[in-house]
Amino acid sequence: MIRKIITLFLFISIHIIGLSQETFPRNGAADYSSGHVAFVNANIHDSPGHIIEGGSMIIKEGKIVSVGQKLDIPVGAIKVDLKGKHIYSSFIDLYSQYGVPPTPKINNPPTVQMNSLKKGPVGWNQTISPEYAAVNEFTLDEKEAKERRLNGFGSVLSHRIDGVVRGSGFITTLNNTHSQTTVLKPTTSSHLSFRKGSSRQSYPTSQMGMMALIRQLYLDAEWYREYGFKVETNLSLSAWNELQDLPQIFEVSNHQEILRAGRLAREYNKIYIIKCKGDTYKRVDDIADLNMPLIIPVDFPMPYDVEEVMNADLISYRTMKEWEWAPANLAVLESHNIQFAITADGLSNKKDFLPNIRTAIEYGLSPQKALEALTTVPAQLLNVDDQLGALAPGYIANFIITDQDIWNKKAKILENWIQGKYFQINPESSEYQNQSYKLTIGNEDYQLNIHDNGKSADLIDADSMKMKANLQTELNRFDLIYKNQNDEYIRLIGQKSGQQIQGSAIDADGSTQSFTAVLIPSDEKKIEKEDSVSIPELSSMIYPFEAYGSPELPQAQKYLIKNTTVWTNEAKGILKNTDVLIDNGKIAKIGKITKADNAIVIDGQNYHLTPGIIDEHSHIAINNGVNEGSQASTAEVRIGDVINAEDINIYRQLAGGVTTSQLLHGSANPIGGQSALIKLRWGKSAEELKFKGAAPFIKFALGENVKQSNWGDHQTVRFPQTRMGVEQVFEDYFTQAETYLAKKKSGEIYRKDLELECLSEILTGNRFITCHSYVQSEINMLMHVAENHNFRVNTFTHILEGYKVADKMKAHGAAGSTFADWWAYKYEVIDAIPYNAAIMNSVGVNTSINSDDAETARRLNVEAGKMMKYGGMNEEEALKLVTLNPAKMLHIDDRVGSIKVGKDADIVLWSGHPLSYFSRAEKTFIDGCLYFDRTENEDRAQIIRKERAQLIQQMLKAKKSGSRVQPVKEKKPIEYHCDTMETE
Amino acid sequence: MNIYQYILIYTLTALSWISVDAQIPPQPIIKGSVAIQNGIIHIGNGEIIQGGCILFENGKITYVGQENRSADTVINAQSHHVYPGLIAINTIIGLTEIDAVRSTRDFSEIGSINPHIRSIIAYNTDSKIIPTIRSNGVQLAEIVPASGRITGQSSVVQLDGWNWEDAVYHSTNGIHMHWPNPYSYSKGIISPNKNYITEVEKLYQYLIEVNSYKDDKEKKEKNLRLEAMSMVLKGNKPLYIHVDDQKAILDVLEFGKTNELKVVIVGGRDSWKVAEQIRKYDVSVVLAPTQRLPSSADRDIDQPFKTPSILQDQEVLWCISESGSWEQRNLAFQAGQAVGYGLDQEAAISALTLNTAQILGISDRTGSLEKGKDANIIISTGNILDPMSQNIIYSFIQGRPVDLDNKHKQLYRKFKKKYSLSESN
Repeated sequence: MIRKIITLFLFISIHIIGLSQETFPRNGAADYSSGHVAFVNANIHDSPGHIIEGGSMIIKEGKIVSVGQKLDIPVGAIKVDLKGKHIYSSFIDLYSQYGVPPTPKINNPPTVQMNSLKKGPVGWNQTISPEYAAVNEFTLDEKEAKERRLNGFGSVLSHRIDGVVRGSGFITTLNNTHSQTTVLKPTTSSHLSFRKGSSRQSYPTSQMGMMALIRQLYLDAEWYREYGFKVETNLSLSAWNELQDLPQIFEVSNHQEILRAGRLAREYNKIYIIKCKGDTYKRVDDIADLNMPLIIPVDFPMPYDVEEVMNADLISYRTMKEWEWAPANLAVLESHNIQFAITADGLSNKKDFLPNIRTAIEYGLSPQKALEALTTVPAQLLNVDDQLGALAPGYIANFIITDQDIWNKKAKILENWIQGKYFQINPESSEYQNQSYKLTIGNEDYQLNIHDNGKSADLIDADSMKMKANLQTELNRFDLIYKNQNDEYIRLIGQKSGQQIQGSAIDADGSTQSFTAVLIPSDEKKIEKEDSVSIPELSSMIYPFEAYGSPELPQAQKYLIKNTTVWTNEAKGILKNTDVLIDNGKIAKIGKITKADNAIVIDGQNYHLTPGIIDEHSHIAINNGVNEGSQASTAEVRIGDVINAEDINIYRQLAGGVTTSQLLHGSANPIGGQSALIKLRWGKSAEELKFKGAAPFIKFALGENVKQSNWGDHQTVRFPQTRMGVEQVFEDYFTQAETYLAKKKSGEIYRKDLELECLSEILTGNRFITCHSYVQSEINMLMHVAENHNFRVNTFTHILEGYKVADKMKAHGAAGSTFADWWAYKYEVIDAIPYNAAIMNSVGVNTSINSDDAETARRLNVEAGKMMKYGGMNEEEALKLVTLNPAKMLHIDDRVGSIKVGKDADIVLWSGHPLSYFSRAEKTFIDGCLYFDRTENEDRAQIIRKERAQLIQQMLKAKKSGSRVQPVKEKKPIEYHCDTMETE
Repeated sequence: MNIYQYILIYTLTALSWISVDAQIPPQPIIKGSVAIQNGIIHIGNGEIIQGGCILFENGKITYVGQENRSADTVINAQSHHVYPGLIAINTIIGLTEIDAVRSTRDFSEIGSINPHIRSIIAYNTDSKIIPTIRSNGVQLAEIVPASGRITGQSSVVQLDGWNWEDAVYHSTNGIHMHWPNPYSYSKGIISPNKNYITEVEKLYQYLIEVNSYKDDKEKKEKNLRLEAMSMVLKGNKPLYIHVDDQKAILDVLEFGKTNELKVVIVGGRDSWKVAEQIRKYDVSVVLAPTQRLPSSADRDIDQPFKTPSILQDQEVLWCISESGSWEQRNLAFQAGQAVGYGLDQEAAISALTLNTAQILGISDRTGSLEKGKDANIIISTGNILDPMSQNIIYSFIQGRPVDLDNKHKQLYRKFKKKYSLSESN
């Protein structure tokens, strides 16, 4: 009966109406049908979490007319009985490029492309295309639509996945009629991302460049709306302004980028709907605080094939834990009340979509949330919740019919109706499924058991011999072939009528006998029970989600360090047998302390206590590019935008006694980006690493890197290519900045420019310069440029020929931060000497030793110790090179750099003389929290070994139990240096 | 003339040179016998003699012991440390002057199988870098061609020569090979190298070829590559195989055994994991610098610092190395780094001297302060493993005093003058 109805729909669905292209000419007679259908006896999930059992739903002309428990079926409606079946609203996917062509490739692009290749009066950057409306290029793509319908989707939001600002997206159903009828809203949303896409224009090369670009876009658009339109025609800016009231969808590729996008949104009072990856569990509290909705994929990683023991070593602890945690991600989001929609994006095998959501449900996601994330949430996010996402009168008739509750393991989507049009997804289970018949051929009796949804069968004869059979069923026809005991094939041809099959059997001789098969009534159908699965137990959540992360972050406690040698860096010098009390994150007391209630006492005998090490020049903990090296000046970019709180080097350097690092932009251009100062609070988020209240800095650079001297022969396009040009870059930009400041002060209308804003801060003394520098001529030059523009260079970093101009530096007021003993690796370091620091220090320049290197940074104490060898510095002065002196340079010496009552408790306890190669940092405190402890370090290493072994066990088990596996591979992190141009 | 006067005169001469470009010439051998008295003598084999005496004459050590011997020249080394000269293994010293300037790069030849390539003839004795390395106690260095699968022949030089012929200490100490990487790296992803086994099989095949070339008495044409490679057969000369991963190290051990080679592992990042096997195969290890990052985030944060003491405990013959062209002035500190992580101080000294000499096949002549060996001696006022205390005041190579001045000291003096800084610094 049901089959017949389906066949009927196949027929009527050819000419569904209400959806015709009204304005289009017809070819032939009008073929109108109202698509008036009444579904009865169904379990209707009209909204997530609500079921109308045995209810009815009536649709007409592509819309839902009524839904309810008892409805009068109108005359003229086709009635469909859905006893035992379920109806849900079809799903909505917010992330796709459905029916939209990719950006055309440009033939023969230039090697170095400084300008945009786009046509028309648009903005200057090729990766910013707010004027692009994806709907203008939309054509139906039935292949993709079909693939999506199979998973229950009825509509998608589509946009062109290309660039940082991608223009508008549109929502369309997955109907196969015409775009005129499927597109519901031609301009639905605005799209952004942290991916440059097809643009080969130099700028931006880094993520911080992308963020600066977006910021400037907001400002420029504002200016354009108020004033700029009188000055120029810019279709990008006008389009951008028009997009601002639409939902803003921002694509990112990991959990830290969610927080970055979120901060950007807040700066401009926006809410982004953030399309991310399934790793949000790693920083879920911070993501919850953002209070922005997410679009989440369910592309859980497959287990790795770890059967080859040594290759398994390649898979990192983090990767293993990611595999383990991925299915729990949605449940974690739900438990933190974070609003999310689910996307099928990212799945290499689209068939995994529903099974993966079911797995997520096993891990604690509620079935109701799962439905919301596929229906009501995406509808609300796109402001189409009056048309899509629910089953109610007036809504578009987008719904799916399933054979059982959709979240049951074996549930199947049978039909997907889109705009009232029927699409078959899976055939219903054959009516023969698991049936047994009493088969009589002539005088012989057999038992016929049918399996495999009516595709195979076996016969059992009177002697209990089992014979395999091939079975084919179509409509009510019944064809069966089996091999009898004599190795002959017997062929049966019959027809089914009710519970009986009748026909004839042909044997090997061609003789025919009639047969009948009568259904053996089965016992009451077994109710398939889902195995009640308890939520799988996961290895511990750690902060950060990386090796040596910890489930608990250290807290500021009261510590009393007794009987130790204290290097104060103050007038008192080195104090022997002294006690130090730290409390509330600060140094509370120094001296003989007999009483300190509730303090944790640490025996410091034979140990040395020093201030934490401060690295003036570091490139650790940075994501997606340390250089925005595309232009001679990129003063608008900010390292603080792209701090990577999960860089293992943070932890490794804590173990070397480092507590504060200045993260610098690279040295690819004369005016680099804005610096970030962090404390190495391992486990905290990027924002929490920042040294609050620190003075702002910017990185400048001189010499071979900014001239692109060592970057290959084709890098001869960007200005400057000589030291002569470098001077003029500075002259030019500071002249511009002066003009800008004057204009700003005059009260005239001006376009706010983030690059010039930053340079103005230097002119007004509100931002300091750290300048990468090598040879004396350029050092001298920059001091002159600064003096001509009435400011000072705060720090020359590297400064390998600082010893040649130390007197001039002192007169200018510049500090010098250098390497202990690097030289000979390029021409401009040919006169570098290890006595540099000693000479600068003796002449009176505030001098420090820095790392510029993740490895060197974890032993800066011994690098300082080298200055006792080279130049005979005394030990106290040597220690100051990596503590108090850099603190002064960074204007944070009121907070850190010495052991003084009231200063931050950023201190290190060493096993011996702090400048000796034979000593180790035993404990490192920041703000009075014990961030590194050598004993605990051993425990963490032990946990890593143990959990790795357990996870390998689980992966082996997964493979043995038939799970698909992926070959071993691992992402290798990049260690950034000044001249690193690549990104992750 | 006594050595004090000798050095004094020399030092005065040095101070009078203000020109930075002044050359620092090798010195002639000291006439007569020289006694270093009262020093803390680190023999190089793990032993120490407190307040002992070393005597040398005609470039050879003639006595090492507790009792003070008199000599034509006497150096009082009271409270000073006396060591064998340090040996820098696996370097490109003298093969490049400025790494970023292509015209000064002479260590990387094209081609994959280059056993005929010889480093020694490119070694530049006049490199400005060499005196800066020498003045921190390094006296000998192995010079190694650096690219390809088989990179070529390495040589050992003494760092105070007039020209390369004069500098030769061991003209061909062995051949270097870079073992195929079991892992490949592409676009930021590391994964098992699918061609690894094929590449390894090629090496086995190549050894068969070398053997048959050697055995072929009727060969018509001379093949320079096969001819050169023959030197490693039957363990006549070591084959230094650069290899890091556990899996590859195990394969190298088997490769050496199967082909009857004398294999030395160079790099040996994972050697600590398989130290026992390495010892069983009687293979030695030239460890890459200890001052490097662990190979992955999961790895013990101090693993590179700890590896030396693990090899030492497992009784593997190993030594410290510092690759590159200028970094060897920190050679002693690479060993010092491991001391904070469990390595015995004298074992650290051996890993800079005697062990290295053994691995290079020159321990009959140098590496320790023993009678009959070359008078390759350094004297420091303090422990050389730590820069706080390292202060080399004498260096003798084959009995010749080494000028410890260098470009950096000269520039230092020049600019101290400019700023009128005191001479005491």
